[in-house]
Amino acid sequence: MSAVTEVKTRHPLDRYIREERFPHIWCPGCGLGIAMSSFLYAVDELDLDPKEIAVVSGIGCSGRVAGYVRFDSYHTTHGRAIPFATGLKLAKPHMKVVVFSGDGDLASIGGNHLIHAARRNVDLTIICINNFNYGMTGGQFGPTTPLGAKTTTTPYGNFEHPFNLVYLAASAGAVYVARWTVLHTYHLRQSIKEALLKDGFSFIEVISPCPIGFGRPNKIGEGLEEMKFYRENSVIRNGIDPKDAELSFRGKIVVGKFVDIEKPSYLKTLRDFYDRILGENHGS
Amino acid sequence: MKRPAVLTGEYFILGDYACAEGALAAGCRFFAGYPITPATEIAERMSYRMPEVGGIYIQMEDELASMAAIIGASCGGVKAMTATSGPGFSLMLENIGLAVMMEVPCVVVNVQRGAPSTGLPTLVGQGDVMQARWGSHGDYEIVAYAPSSVQEMFDLTVKAFNTAERYRIPVILLADEAVGHLTEKLVIPPEEELTIINRMPPQDPPGEYLPYRADDSLVPPMANAGEGYFVHMTGLTHDERGYPIITGEAHEKLIRRLIQKIRSHADEIIEYEEVELDDADIVVIAYGITARAALRAVRDARAQGIKAGLLRLITVWPFPEKKIQDLAQRVDTFVVAEINQGQIRREVERFVDRPDRVIGVNKLGGDLITPNEILEVLCQPSPK
Ligand SMILES: Cc1ncc(C[n+]2csc(CCOP(=O)(O)OP(=O)(O)O)c2C)c(N)n1
Ligand code: SF4
Ligand SMILES: [Mg+2]
Repeated sequence: MSAVTEVKTRHPLDRYIREERFPHIWCPGCGLGIAMSSFLYAVDELDLDPKEIAVVSGIGCSGRVAGYVRFDSYHTTHGRAIPFATGLKLAKPHMKVVVFSGDGDLASIGGNHLIHAARRNVDLTIICINNFNYGMTGGQFGPTTPLGAKTTTTPYGNFEHPFNLVYLAASAGAVYVARWTVLHTYHLRQSIKEALLKDGFSFIEVISPCPIGFGRPNKIGEGLEEMKFYRENSVIRNGIDPKDAELSFRGKIVVGKFVDIEKPSYLKTLRDFYDRILGENHGS
Repeated sequence: MKRPAVLTGEYFILGDYACAEGALAAGCRFFAGYPITPATEIAERMSYRMPEVGGIYIQMEDELASMAAIIGASCGGVKAMTATSGPGFSLMLENIGLAVMMEVPCVVVNVQRGAPSTGLPTLVGQGDVMQARWGSHGDYEIVAYAPSSVQEMFDLTVKAFNTAERYRIPVILLADEAVGHLTEKLVIPPEEELTIINRMPPQDPPGEYLPYRADDSLVPPMANAGEGYFVHMTGLTHDERGYPIITGEAHEKLIRRLIQKIRSHADEIIEYEEVELDDADIVVIAYGITARAALRAVRDARAQGIKAGLLRLITVWPFPEKKIQDLAQRVDTFVVAEINQGQIRREVERFVDRPDRVIGVNKLGGDLITPNEILEVLCQPSPK
């Protein structure tokens, strides 16, 4: 009869996930799954050795990524993913250390660590999921919630000015800064690849729908509708000053790669100093 | 000139420096900290010495970061330490709990000063004893050593690392300003004479190894990052695979093991020094710098014919409750001397039938307790 059709029961990314942990905890319509798979595609396309990758997360829906990926993965405390990752990176300099966490985790409770790791230019890849709210605790406002947005703790609308995360990361010293929505799967994947290869502090903001904490209360819509809203309202502006990439409530979402510069990383500067002063066999 | 990690020899040296040297001798190659009196000299020494021995000194932006960084480094297989005083210790507590839960070996030095709050930055205190025991949220066991001399700042730092590695726990070196800022003799033995314990590596190949499966020792072997075991570690309640399970049953199983892993080894961990206890009627209990005044007081009391003895706590946690119960059978009175309002005295009272048999000699911080202040109490008639 006809040729035997091979039925593929395995997804090419299966080898990078802890299948036994699925189904995951994320809501239908959440952007986190796409963000995670973009990262896994990037790892796959770069053909990196999974043994040489570590993923560190803080606490939050975004922070759960560490529990689903089959790398050495650490789900730490709220806000402390970056300093934990800093210790890990300096202990294992050849490993690629990726921080996957949320806007609240990285920019609110962990904000100080974000700017200082960027200043030191520690070789880390930060994937910051910005869903404009604290999803895990039920949709409270956070440091990226746009002015006017409703959350469970801004019933009259948010009156605090939000951070422009890409501007923050760039000013603090990040050598690679980009922003994409989860719908820019190709661009996002390319950016993650570039960031993984970059020796220095890379920051990628990923705008991700959270129908429960943000879409629904702000009448942006459920699941697919919030995705559609983000796609229709995004504009790609590669290379612009991140200062001009501010986000607003229901406004245009400026995405692109904003910073890609060369600057010696923390470990490189450290080694150069020690080499000069102590001679080459200092061993650090 | 590059010097080795173990600086074998005799020194006249600062307690804080001795602590740093003890860490290096124990194999510590990662130090993350944030300056604070009276622990700053540990960081300063580390910044100078780490590059000499191929280690990392990193000054973090705060103590939250310092604590997180040493856990991260230890997960990478490098022995790691931080050093601070009360205000910084307060900031470290959440992540000390993370190290307990993830079972990550590390050492936290707290050189205590007068407190609460900013308190007396440059003056002595011993008020963080209970904070060291219970400061992080939840039920757990902790090991804390209280050095009484510069020699012990070295020796007990080595021991703190060994205990941390042996049981996969954070260990606290509960020093005080007086010992940290004391300069006296230190002997660093030849490297071969030091006992160094390292974490047990996985006994099973990747795929079979479960990061939280323990044998009767209750201590699971530890795989570090980059070794191909693809470990997952979390502060959430987890199973033997390290995966979160949010049930009372799983919690009971995990936390019970974490507690038992220390309790069942308490006899190996607990250390104290006994002076003239055999025929003692009255026993002074002290630790850290205060134990030195207590020793003088006991000697003076003996010279006056009073049958006094000293129980010097080397580990304040776990608490030597069996020893206290034992002594309570044959001793009339306990005198607990400490620079706080009776944190260890209350602990002693729990293991003695009548609280009036336990007398405190207390100060709030700022000044040391003198031998005479203890001697006066030893000379009072017994309450019996
Ligand atoms: C010290 C501490 N404070 C508060 C919390 C409660 N908490 C858990 S997740 C979270 C917010 C997470 O928001 P974000 O980082 O944006 O992640 P998301 O859930 O939106 O992905 C908070 C406040 C906590 N776990 N620890
Ligand atoms: S609350 Fe929001 S971020 Fe969290 S899983 Fe649901 S949709 Fe995703
Ligand atoms: Mg969020």
